[in-house]
Amino acid sequence: MQADLNTILPEIVISVYAMLALLAAVYTQKDRLAGPLTYGTAGLFLVVALWIGLGGQGTSSAFGGMFVEDAFARFAKVTILLSAAAVLVMGMGYLERHKMMKFEYPLLVALSVVGMMFMVSAGDLMALYMGLELQSLALYVIAAMRRDSLRSTEAGLKYFVLGALSSGLLLYGASLVYGYAGTTLFSGIVAAAGDGLAPVGLLFGLVFVMAGLAFKISAVPFHMWTPDVYEGSPTPVTAFFATAPKVAAMALFARVLHDAFGGVSSDWSQVLVLLSVLSMFLGAIAAIGQTNIKRLMAYSSIAHMGYAMIGLAAGTALGIEAMLTYMAIYVTMNIGTFAFVLSMERDGVPVTDINALRMYAKVEPGKALALLVLLFSLAGVPPMLGFFAKLGVWQAGVDAGLFWLVTASAVASAIGAYYYLRIVYFMYFGEETQGALDENTSPVLWTMLMGAALIMVVGLAGLFGVDSAAATAAAALVN
Amino acid sequence: MIGLEHYLTVAAVLFVIGIFGLFLNRKNIIILLMSIELILLSVNINFVAFSSYMGDMAGQVFTLFILTVAAAEAAIGLAILVVFFRNRGTIDVEDANVMKG
Repeated sequence: MQADLNTILPEIVISVYAMLALLAAVYTQKDRLAGPLTYGTAGLFLVVALWIGLGGQGTSSAFGGMFVEDAFARFAKVTILLSAAAVLVMGMGYLERHKMMKFEYPLLVALSVVGMMFMVSAGDLMALYMGLELQSLALYVIAAMRRDSLRSTEAGLKYFVLGALSSGLLLYGASLVYGYAGTTLFSGIVAAAGDGLAPVGLLFGLVFVMAGLAFKISAVPFHMWTPDVYEGSPTPVTAFFATAPKVAAMALFARVLHDAFGGVSSDWSQVLVLLSVLSMFLGAIAAIGQTNIKRLMAYSSIAHMGYAMIGLAAGTALGIEAMLTYMAIYVTMNIGTFAFVLSMERDGVPVTDINALRMYAKVEPGKALALLVLLFSLAGVPPMLGFFAKLGVWQAGVDAGLFWLVTASAVASAIGAYYYLRIVYFMYFGEETQGALDENTSPVLWTMLMGAALIMVVGLAGLFGVDSAAATAAAALVN
Repeated sequence: MIGLEHYLTVAAVLFVIGIFGLFLNRKNIIILLMSIELILLSVNINFVAFSSYMGDMAGQVFTLFILTVAAAEAAIGLAILVVFFRNRGTIDVEDANVMKG
């Protein structure tokens, strides 16, 4: 029992912190504590990330296999915690300027991060479900955080209804898996599924579980909520949606497929190939007509999930390694891009129309250059890190014999490059039509934007050890 | 004699009714919440039926978790619905259309 509790100590610390802080803030100064609580939460995330990243060793499981702590979980947790901390600090200025700073916001983020940490460590369908719901319920609330805004509440409502549907699909699948495998433990399911000859009921359950998880990573055809939720939520919340939950859902997907259904990889890899192709093409084509940068980032994230899924579809350790590296790079690019989106204001009013960026290079050449680097990286233009992320998943795909999937993704990324490059075109060559944007970038946003852009360029030299950490993580998951 | 398959059939029927309720309903968002409950309850029937058939308690434990989470989910859903109603003045599904494209 003591060993079990020690294993989940990081999660316990964050949940106890969130509950105590919630109580303390309610009984004292309420929203005046929002600032300190945001910094406190971000600081706690950093400390826990260091603790998990540097202190974790080997593989241990707790509560009879329900909770697994291995290199894979640690990699995902560190990525989740660091990106959540960055997004919290980044969004503060925006929330304060627009009077949306509520003390519940950082604490709900903390609770959803606890949910994500349980998701990536799940070793049982029950743990999976509880983690997923803890994360989702907190996210529904922060999507609708701006209570007086029609868009924000509509985003929350849509996210809630479709999220609840996806949980329902996942649960129905879980019930079938339980019925045909006789247990909810992943180790028991993998034994029942056997090597390539799973009972039909089990495969039925697998398909439902995959549909539920595809909702969470917004893979086509389960993506319809993404653009609306991204557009309607307050921008700092959108930045959060585009980073940590995606990593958590992707890692959970990998965990379920390999830990519980590792023996029937030929069955699920076909489904993943289909999801991946659809996501890449829809993300690339539907984004072309968008003028709202938040909506555009939604389609961009759909496409990026498609590329990351190539790594999953490969079904090998190399594929998982490529997927994890991809997610780490994707999160960094998104943090940088959203730092820029958060700074887009005209006369103090947030702007999300990409037409406002026309001739932006004249106003602020430094920021325009940083955004250019990030957009090139998102598009996958060779010298930037984003290209090497794609190269990694392509390599894994070719190794697994998914030639036409890799070819299709190259075509999709060429189509997708158009809408990233269009923003670059606007910034450097477009005609100025409206007034210029404010020059009020806060030091935090500036640092995040420049830092992310710098990483995209200098990261080539060894990827800061991310790739070797991802390799260790993948080896822990696939064996 | 009522066997496992009867329970599974009822659960499957309820599940499909719930899914159709979500997609075909063009009237009221409350009906969406009811459909979501229906889906979760059909899953519960599945779990309890399997659990009793196999004599394994895990399924019933899972059911209790689902029941509590469903309650929390309904509370959050209704809360979001109330703030949406305050802004929009209606809870018709077709009126949740400010964002499109």
